[in-house]
Amino acid sequence: MTDINSNSNSNSNSNSNSSSKLDSKIPSGPIEKKWDEHRFNLKLVNPANKRKYNVIIVGTGLAGASAAASLGELGYNVQVFCLQDSPRRAHSIAAQGGINAAKSYQNDGDSIWRLFYDTVKGGDYRAREANVYRLAQVSNNIIDQCAAQGVPFARDYSGYLANRSFGGAQVSRTFYARGQTGQQLLIGAYQALMRQRNDKKVKLYTRREMLDVIIIDGKARGILVRNLITGKIERYVADAVILATGGYGNSYFLSTNAMCSNGSAIWRAHKRGAFFANPCFTQIHPTCIPMSGDHQSKLTLMSESLRNDGRVWVPARAGDKRPANQIPESERDYYLERIYPSFGNLVPRDVASRNAKLQCDAGKGVGSTGLAVFLDFAHAIKRDGEDKIRARYGNLFEMYERITAENPYKNPMRIYPAVHYTMGGLWVDYNLMSTIPGLFVLGEANFSDHGANRLGASALMQGLADGYFVIPYTIGDYLARLNTSSTSEKIDTNNTSFANSEKELNEEIRKLMSVGSRGKKTTTEFHRELGKIMWSNVGMSRSEGTLKSALTEIPRLREEFWKDVKITGKGDDLNVELEHALRLRDFLELNELMTRDALERKESCGGHFRDESQTKDNEALRDDENFCHVAAWEYTGEGKMPIRHKEELKFENVHLSQRSYK
Amino acid sequence: MSNMNGHEHNGNGNGEMTLFLKIWRQKCCSEKGKMCEYTVKGISPDISFLEMLDILNQDLIKRGEEPVVFDHDCREGICGACSLVINGIPHGPEVLTTTCQLHMRKFKDGDTIVIEPFRAKAFPVIRDLMVDRVALDEIITSGGYISANTGAAPEANSIPVRQENAELSMDAAACVGCGACVAACNNASAMLFVGAKVSHLGLLPQGEIEGRERVYNMVKKMDELGFGNCTNEAECEAVCPKGIKLSNIARLNRQFALSSFLKKDDGGLKQEWN
Ligand SMILES: Cc1cc2nc3c(=O)[nH]c(=O)nc-3n(C[C@H](O)[C@H](O)[C@H](O)COP(=O)(O)OP(=O)(O)OC[C@H]3O[C@@H](n4cnc5c(N)ncnc54)[C@H](O)[C@@H]3O)c2cc1C
Ligand code: SF4
Ligand code: FES
Repeated sequence: MTDINSNSNSNSNSNSNSSSKLDSKIPSGPIEKKWDEHRFNLKLVNPANKRKYNVIIVGTGLAGASAAASLGELGYNVQVFCLQDSPRRAHSIAAQGGINAAKSYQNDGDSIWRLFYDTVKGGDYRAREANVYRLAQVSNNIIDQCAAQGVPFARDYSGYLANRSFGGAQVSRTFYARGQTGQQLLIGAYQALMRQRNDKKVKLYTRREMLDVIIIDGKARGILVRNLITGKIERYVADAVILATGGYGNSYFLSTNAMCSNGSAIWRAHKRGAFFANPCFTQIHPTCIPMSGDHQSKLTLMSESLRNDGRVWVPARAGDKRPANQIPESERDYYLERIYPSFGNLVPRDVASRNAKLQCDAGKGVGSTGLAVFLDFAHAIKRDGEDKIRARYGNLFEMYERITAENPYKNPMRIYPAVHYTMGGLWVDYNLMSTIPGLFVLGEANFSDHGANRLGASALMQGLADGYFVIPYTIGDYLARLNTSSTSEKIDTNNTSFANSEKELNEEIRKLMSVGSRGKKTTTEFHRELGKIMWSNVGMSRSEGTLKSALTEIPRLREEFWKDVKITGKGDDLNVELEHALRLRDFLELNELMTRDALERKESCGGHFRDESQTKDNEALRDDENFCHVAAWEYTGEGKMPIRHKEELKFENVHLSQRSYK
Repeated sequence: MSNMNGHEHNGNGNGEMTLFLKIWRQKCCSEKGKMCEYTVKGISPDISFLEMLDILNQDLIKRGEEPVVFDHDCREGICGACSLVINGIPHGPEVLTTTCQLHMRKFKDGDTIVIEPFRAKAFPVIRDLMVDRVALDEIITSGGYISANTGAAPEANSIPVRQENAELSMDAAACVGCGACVAACNNASAMLFVGAKVSHLGLLPQGEIEGRERVYNMVKKMDELGFGNCTNEAECEAVCPKGIKLSNIARLNRQFALSSFLKKDDGGLKQEWN
């Protein structure tokens, strides 16, 4: 372990060493057996003892809700927290397209191995093999579980489950419930959670924002939350803490994430000692409704499933501003089909996004801003009829029309890439435990399974795998090894760690409110400005120059924020502006780490595209010799350089090769 | 000028509107609220209703006034967080549309828009336009699920489901739990919401088994929480952003009749349900 950048002006150098602080705990043995044997070796908590343990779960998306339900069923005392008024409104609800599983119901050659292989390859070889294999293994259990809970998956006339295809795969393995798959899976998990609530195994705390993790004797033992209705700080104690707080895509201001999605929970945990892995790995989704104006508050995704039937094109000639229907076939460039004949419109997201950008950069973008490409259904409608297309995508087409006032059955959709998902997150070992003992991280909040690019329909799979099928085993092992004399019955919220953290937090809020009473610029203005810095410098392509400029602009903006942010109202009252300010305070720090990580990773891989590292066909060029590792950052204190640790990635089952979708 | 439909691009920049807003402001549920008047200018027909409120709030904050509080999150019409009664209609004038998906092209320059919170006994106002809809969660807690423990599930394709039932179940499962049906109902009944859950689960073989207990427990909870009964006014169906049909209430009633044998020893229900 070395300090990579002891002097803040030094040029980046990435010879940080593999770290002894990172033990991924990957079991030995053949990959097919690792999880089974590991489970067998894990310690168990005997059923009668489970009720003696308290577990805190922050977040009620797919990961948090499924974990809460499963741990409640096992007999633990679970306390669950979320920002919204109801756990059912977590951001997972917005997922549209579907969830992958290796059922191979289509008999098209799918298997656990193929799902594993596709995911590792799709992630551009920057994920852990063992984790991905486990994910592929439990994917089938997830579908069984969800069907049993009453998730109304799409079915064939025969009554059996239907599938569709998604990017990055040549088989049809995606299960779906119309265009509302996330909603239906979340409602399933939410209902299971509410059932445990009815059985008094789960206690629910809604409209609460976690603002700190409490560490006692080196272990995570509780959290501080702000009650969003009263504005009061509350203390909660437990034997283990699970964060399932989702991704930090809103660090770019405009993204497809819900408005309150944020990075605060994991950032606060990072500042208390949890390493942050691959913060720069961000997914820019190719099919979103393009930006329209300055007052835009968010971007809307058009599910990737549309690429099953929609064909992406731009005018062949730069500057051609004719409406789509006046451009004859011969003057159109179906560039994805042309460049990638075998995957065509179904190339992975990073490839599709980057190509859209390249077309627009070349002056072929369409629409009033020139920042869009066409996604055209004319051929599919001709082939299958409008009714079939309506049955498949009706709600998406309606959403498109509602937002743009254009009819996609008649005119091609206009789409452009937008920030969508963060592959980076808190570093976790094979047991999903962070570098803070007793602090587990699930779902999008951790970094584990998607490498440098996530394939479509695999975030839902991962969230549910973590919550239903991994954490119930691994947390038992941790708790069984805890010295019982130190369980939360003994440690309570009067512990000085709680008092100290609460004091710090109150001081921070007081400071914000005092700046806020005099400041002039609103939180939204700051956030938008931060987003612009990120999008233009740490966006779809990055270079040493843009990254270094972001590294001066972000701290400048942060300083300004602490001098000039405007916040109305009071600190200890319902205060939406203060909520936003607290989240922004964290983005202003987290974004700097994202940028630094992007600067250190001089290779291109997946969604992380460094201009300096590309093949002659503009594909991402990896540097396996120097960067076949996870970068896990350690916080070292206010104003100090963080330390970059490395977890080397070993590929024993999948051969490292240049990704090709041609 | 409004640009109702047919314009080529969004973000066309012209046709900006001035609007007169009358908004309900209330500090908390124990204090009295009142209507306050605001004017917003330069509103593009292409922005959403909530973005229009964002613009108002930015103005208020800059003037040192507290912004208007309202619930929202996904802004895609799926999380069910947004609410608002706009010109007397929950979720506003566009059918099958949540407030967050309502766009300003539905309004005309110079319009006065009245914005109030959802009103129902079971939904107390928290502040301004934000209300407490926890009661809907309480109903689900009382029985809105299938009791399938993690890990105990059989192979998914071992229980085929008639496609028609799967589709009807999905129609009902599309409910976003927004509570507009309650806000629209003269009796503040949650029958459409409960009916949707009864259909979603009851139409599937997996959910049939607990069907009667589920209906009874949810209706009993609804009764306890102070929601009213259904008198077939159909206001709920008219405002539901997800197109949940009245037929779900009929299905609820049929199942509830079958569950009557369960009514015995628990003190019964306060109101007459059917
Ligand atoms: C529009 C859209 C469409 C998508 N479609 C698909 C798809 O088709 N297939 C797919 O596989 N994936 C899809 N994804 C990705 C996927 O939805 C997410 O990655 C996944 O749902 C994340 O789940 P999660 O449980 O990790 O977190 P989330 O669902 O984001 O939940 C986070 C939870 O944490 C809570 N929380 C956050 N911070 C705090 C705090 N400080 N204190 C208290 N609570 C907190 C929130 O209230 C919430 O309950 C899509 C994403 C988007 C944006
Ligand atoms: S039935 Fe309709 S109106 Fe009522 S809660 Fe569900 S979605 Fe909202
Ligand atoms: S904000 Fe989510 S449905 Fe309107």
